[in-house]
Amino acid sequence: MGFITVQNIVKEYSGTKALNNVSFDVEAGTIFGLLGPNGAGKTTIIRIINQILAPDSGKVLFNGEPITAAHIGRIGYLPEERGLYKKMKIGEQLVYLAQLKEMPKAIATEKLKAWFRKFEIENWWDKNVEELSKGMQQKVQFIATVLHEPELLIFDEPFSGFDPINALAIKQEILALKEKGITIILSTHTMSSVEELCDSIALIHKGQKVLDGKVFDIKQQYSNNTYEIKCLGWFDSMASTLTHNYQIIDHHKEGNITTIKLKLLNNIPTNDLIRHFTGLGNVIAFNELLPSMNDIFIDVVGETNKQTGA
Amino acid sequence: MNKIKLIIQREYLTRVKKNTFIIMSVLGPLLITGIFIVPLWLQKMESKQVKDIAVIDESGILAPTLKSTENIKFTSMGKLSLDDAQRGFAKSGYYAVLFIPKNILNSTSVQIFSNRQPDFGLKQYIAKLIERDLETLKLLKSNVNPDLLKAVQTPIYVQTIKWTGDGKEVEVTMEMKTIIGTVASMLIYMFIFLYGSQVMRGVVEEKVNRIVEIIISSVRPMQLMVGKIAGIMLVGLTQFVLWIVITFSVVWMAQVTLFPEPAAPTITNQTAAIDSKVLTQVQALGQDDYRYALDIFGSISNVNWTIMIGSFLFFFICGYLLYASMYAAIGSAVDSETDTQQFVIPLTVPMVITLVMIQVILNNPDGSIAFWMSMIPFTSPIAMMARIPYGVPIWQVVLSSFILITTIIIMAKLAAKVYRTGILMYGKKITYKELVKWMRYNS
Repeated sequence: MGFITVQNIVKEYSGTKALNNVSFDVEAGTIFGLLGPNGAGKTTIIRIINQILAPDSGKVLFNGEPITAAHIGRIGYLPEERGLYKKMKIGEQLVYLAQLKEMPKAIATEKLKAWFRKFEIENWWDKNVEELSKGMQQKVQFIATVLHEPELLIFDEPFSGFDPINALAIKQEILALKEKGITIILSTHTMSSVEELCDSIALIHKGQKVLDGKVFDIKQQYSNNTYEIKCLGWFDSMASTLTHNYQIIDHHKEGNITTIKLKLLNNIPTNDLIRHFTGLGNVIAFNELLPSMNDIFIDVVGETNKQTGA
Repeated sequence: MNKIKLIIQREYLTRVKKNTFIIMSVLGPLLITGIFIVPLWLQKMESKQVKDIAVIDESGILAPTLKSTENIKFTSMGKLSLDDAQRGFAKSGYYAVLFIPKNILNSTSVQIFSNRQPDFGLKQYIAKLIERDLETLKLLKSNVNPDLLKAVQTPIYVQTIKWTGDGKEVEVTMEMKTIIGTVASMLIYMFIFLYGSQVMRGVVEEKVNRIVEIIISSVRPMQLMVGKIAGIMLVGLTQFVLWIVITFSVVWMAQVTLFPEPAAPTITNQTAAIDSKVLTQVQALGQDDYRYALDIFGSISNVNWTIMIGSFLFFFICGYLLYASMYAAIGSAVDSETDTQQFVIPLTVPMVITLVMIQVILNNPDGSIAFWMSMIPFTSPIAMMARIPYGVPIWQVVLSSFILITTIIIMAKLAAKVYRTGILMYGKKITYKELVKWMRYNS
């Protein structure tokens, strides 16, 4: 049983199913990636977990119990469309937002001061948000999300709008939060960040879950016995020696190093491959080529589109 | 519940701390009282000035009958010619020269010469004075008994006295009622419009700033809407209280410093005037405008302010709640303030129509237009405020309030439905059809 369990959620908007029977588990202390193309229904799921929307059917469990208003203070949410009151002092504003998340004023003030010290922005307390640059505003926004020390954090497209340096800072911050044992749901379509951050994912497409599991398992599942081998020597002489058990996908030569991408057929063990190449020349590198999350994403989404005739 | 309190607090404090609020709170009452006090004060200054009028009476009939008053002093110049008068005028210190031609009994005009523009009041006063004098002279010439003459000339001063429930007589001039009715209805329109549209702007601001999704992940949309409407209502009430306090202080100070004599004319003053001589009856005329104004001013203290302020508060709160919830719904449905126009215009129409009809309502505060406009909830707060100073039958007030409150409840429910859907909707051009669809959604 996960920390967050989404069970058979259905949500309809005027006749069209935005979510059709979606279920997944988010384990405590992990980063969970909610993936999918635009309009797949990610934001709808997130809003349902945040109790902004109510599902037509199905339920969400928070640490095993059905989610209620009592859990609101234990969740932190950074929406995709985000902003703050432009004409309100930053200090006041963040304390106000934490108070709405049920943190007492005095404690929120104390915690906020600590965050300001950490980011070295102590002099921002009495500034209005509109006086800050966009990057600074996003830092403030991030603090607003985590200030009340939630157990569950939900980030909807957290990297959109951040420059690479700030995006990196946020990534490190997210990993640091995970270290503290906080459960994180990350909705994104930046696949590189999924590989770096997520422990497990669910891929949503057209309101349906088309794939889920641990990132490692999924990659294994989508691995297709493809390897890359680097040898000193000439390709032509090697190719002629390969049997029908190997299918060459790609090869190229740089200097006197030949790189070959090939697929093993007929369940040939990899040791046979290595043995074969060591007989031919000097092998300097050998590794398995796992599909990137990006490949899997495109593959699965494309496959579903084909099936539904879209 | 606690969260609504937090929201109310934020909405209230961020607005009350604004400079515009502070300026409006002070400037508003100063402007209102200024409109009343300054002309009154100017009139008073003017009426204190004694105007010396040199009279050249070629007919020799009228000069002896022209009686001076406190403000206007007539001096006969005897046989002085008009040319001589013109030559010596600059040094003489006279305000003007009144020239009465020889054939005054057959003529219809006299002339006033001066090196400045004689004011309208003086001109009217002299015209009336000579008219009366000539009338009397002509009647006397036709052998009318002077006693009879005296008996028929009766100046009428209309006093309006209202019997209150407990048998007391309170005098509030009709003019005062009109003024209060006008001011109160304008004020309530202004307050509803001003603070109602602040609700709309607040909602649009939250939507445009994109903070709304963060807030509604902490509170329910309904709580946010209620908190905002209540917070802004408190701002309006604060402003109203400040206006009342400042207005009354200014009026009180003005009464003490600028108009120290008892302002309200007593009935005995008026009866005394009736007894005075025929020819001096119009004496008071020069002062009349001032006294008249003082009369109005004085009856301010006779207005039942408890009822006025009480009903203002009631109708402001109700009218505000009705319009604010509609404004909130509009604010939630659009993406920017410029998009609000198409929805706001139909909303303001009933209010503006009521404002236009105010004159009609004031002319006949118990008429059918006044009645129906004070029953229709979208116009009743303004129409009722216009009527209250004249006294409105209790059953009408109760019925009007009942209709108003029922409408508020229905409207607030519909508005909440639109609001809940609208605040998360971006990039969609909203039509009325769409709004109706949202109202039909179930929670």
